[in-house]
Amino acid sequence: MDFRFTDEQTMTADVVRDLVADLCQPADLRRLMASGEPFDQNRWAKIQELGLQSALVAEEKGGLGLQPVDFVQVAEACGYACLPEPLVEAYGVAIPLLAETGSDAAAKVVEAALEGSALIAFGHPANPFVERADTADWLLIAKSGGLDLVKTSDAMCTLQPSIDPFRRLFSVQYDEAAALRIGAQSGIEGPIASAFDRGALFAAAQMLGIAQRCVDLAVDYAKERQQFGKPIGSYQALKHQLATVQVKIEFARPVLHAAAAMLPQANALSRARVSHAKLAACEAADLAARNAIQVHGAMGYSWEVDVHFFLKRAIALSEWWGGPAFHRRRVAERIFNGPLGPEHTFAKELEHA
Amino acid sequence: MDLNYTPEQQTFRQEIRAWLKAHVPSQPLESFDATRAGFEAHRAWERTLAEGRWGMVTWPESYGGRGLDLIQWLIFEEEYYRSGAPLRVNQNGIFLLGPTLMEYGTPEQKARFLSAMASGDEIWAQAWSEPQAGSDLAAVRATATRDGDNYVLKGHKIWSSRAAFADWAFGLFRTDPASERHKGLSLIFFRLDAPGVKVQPIPQIDGETGFAELFLDGVTVPVFNRLGGEGEGWKICMATAGFERGLMLRSPARFQVTARKLVELYKAHEDEVEPSVRNAVLQCWMDAEAYALSIYSTASRLIAGGHIGAEASTNKIFWSEMDIAMHKTALSILGARAELLRSAPEAGDIGRWLDGYFFSLAGPIYAGTNEIQRNIIAERMLGLPRA
Ligand SMILES: Cc1cc2nc3c(=O)[nH]c(=O)nc-3n(C[C@H](O)[C@H](O)[C@H](O)COP(=O)(O)OP(=O)(O)OC[C@H]3O[C@@H](n4cnc5c(N)ncnc54)[C@H](O)[C@@H]3O)c2cc1C
Repeated sequence: MDFRFTDEQTMTADVVRDLVADLCQPADLRRLMASGEPFDQNRWAKIQELGLQSALVAEEKGGLGLQPVDFVQVAEACGYACLPEPLVEAYGVAIPLLAETGSDAAAKVVEAALEGSALIAFGHPANPFVERADTADWLLIAKSGGLDLVKTSDAMCTLQPSIDPFRRLFSVQYDEAAALRIGAQSGIEGPIASAFDRGALFAAAQMLGIAQRCVDLAVDYAKERQQFGKPIGSYQALKHQLATVQVKIEFARPVLHAAAAMLPQANALSRARVSHAKLAACEAADLAARNAIQVHGAMGYSWEVDVHFFLKRAIALSEWWGGPAFHRRRVAERIFNGPLGPEHTFAKELEHA
Repeated sequence: MDLNYTPEQQTFRQEIRAWLKAHVPSQPLESFDATRAGFEAHRAWERTLAEGRWGMVTWPESYGGRGLDLIQWLIFEEEYYRSGAPLRVNQNGIFLLGPTLMEYGTPEQKARFLSAMASGDEIWAQAWSEPQAGSDLAAVRATATRDGDNYVLKGHKIWSSRAAFADWAFGLFRTDPASERHKGLSLIFFRLDAPGVKVQPIPQIDGETGFAELFLDGVTVPVFNRLGGEGEGWKICMATAGFERGLMLRSPARFQVTARKLVELYKAHEDEVEPSVRNAVLQCWMDAEAYALSIYSTASRLIAGGHIGAEASTNKIFWSEMDIAMHKTALSILGARAELLRSAPEAGDIGRWLDGYFFSLAGPIYAGTNEIQRNIIAERMLGLPRA
């Protein structure tokens, strides 16, 4: 029992944290927004060079064979930076799923994805749209009973503009006859369910990053801005609000990390933990973003201050990969049917309880 | 990150589980706050624990412990609360003073006090607060005047938990009469039955004794009873407080057991309560789990050589607010019966929730109020400017 990340796990996240600290500051976000481009080509090229495409792909499938717990801090760093590019969704969710299907038909696409020469966007029934469908080469669409792999050029993608300027949502239509049915074999439900859990987990991780970023932005401003002859950060009303947000963050983080470590169990216990993480991170991000706006006063309500980028991402992610009602249902299933009490915190299976 | 117990840890769990099964009193003991008899029954339980060397598992064997690490302590606590064993009457000693003595005491002081603490022979109270020094603890006025190899204590302490029946107190005194605020304070032990000590019990919100006022008028104690250097009292108290808030005072198992009982209570009354109660129950369970996971994370960090910092304050806020929420939710499930005292013929188990609710209301006050904890988080964790 050791609830600490290994040095390798922390180093992987540090690399991403440094990269986005360098290349994904709010000024960079604004530049991208003004350009109207879907990607910052330079940043995306640098991200691809990191080789994280293969992180969560099994070794025998040509990947690094890492686990969600190795990737969770990467997703936190992406949330902290409000990263527009699909590092989390493509590398954390879509590519590992396609590789896991082991489908021969998809093997070439997997190979290209691991090399960085093909981009895959993932559609799941939990989400009404496919994010970044238009810039992907392939669409991987989960539906009841399987997975379709569709060439983007064979599909019709209609942009559904989001409040988050960096989320590009599309409704997707395609002729099923033209799609590659790669999930017809039995046992595909497991990999799809795990992909869903990764989606929810990494969305939670991003929201935790967003929450901390909002606190940090608010603290920076509260130290600078003066009213009544003093920095506003010296006023207790603001201090206590920000402290309350920090408490929320501190008690969402260990849940997130435990959920990441438990995710491969793929049972009711680990799913409830993922759901708990998403609920907790969602609350932290919501409270943090709203408090950050309040601390900034009217500036917080302006386009000029950066807080709104984080608020908007938090709004989007809180409902993506299952909203609070869905995740509360999963927690309820675990509580009302599973073993309770302190000796079961790290339980692996329901039966042995 | 490895969230699996080792085989040794699993064996340890079974060992303590079996021991508790064989030893935990079948009937709950009378409260240690209400009567001397209840207090002594809890002392007898401490002695039983000590005979099994279960008094303080993290302490060195030479002081009655087992030299175990914090993960094993958490496992011990999980089994302890699971078994429904009595509350620890000596918690101010074993959880607060003990670890501080271990760090700052001389070998002679450790030998003198630790084993007697672990065995329940000497039960401790904390005597820091004064009428004019609550949140502003540095305003302490009680004095300890040096007289050869002794100190003479004078002053008025208040809110001292369990001092009505305890044997010893560790108090914060001004040893330098010219000093102000945090300087010139020292931590000094005194017997509660020493000449010159008057103990005046204070009834708590529920009418039980709970804490006491201490009037000290020329109490002579040897210099040996001072922990740490003269004038180091503040530093040592802050170390104690960090331990208190950060880890030991409220182990997660306590709340996880309450959460389990809350879920059981909810299931029994599911058809009678309004739908919003369900979400409150879920939230309580999740919070108890979050607290447990957080403490595992802290314990892992401490085992690897880390320290508890200002994040201890986030813990204190979290568990105290959670404790209130759990009991408030339980009362809302019990409906109009919630007001029944334990003695009511139809009370059943209801009174426990009411008692627990009242106790939970003290959580945001003791061990440093939650407002003070928020100040600490804002200034020391977030770096906001002091007022
Ligand atoms: C059940 C219980 C057991 C206790 N046991 C012990 C014990 O064993 N030993 C012991 O020494 N003490 C004990 N105490 C005392 C406890 O430590 C104090 O009550 C606590 O430190 C607060 O001090 P106070 O009661 O004087 O309140 P005050 O300091 O007068 O505070 C009153 C209110 O003002 C707020 N406030 C004060 N200063 C500030 C500030 N700077 N910023 C914002 N808000 C502020 C407080 O948060 C609080 O809400 C116990 C208290 C309780 C309730």
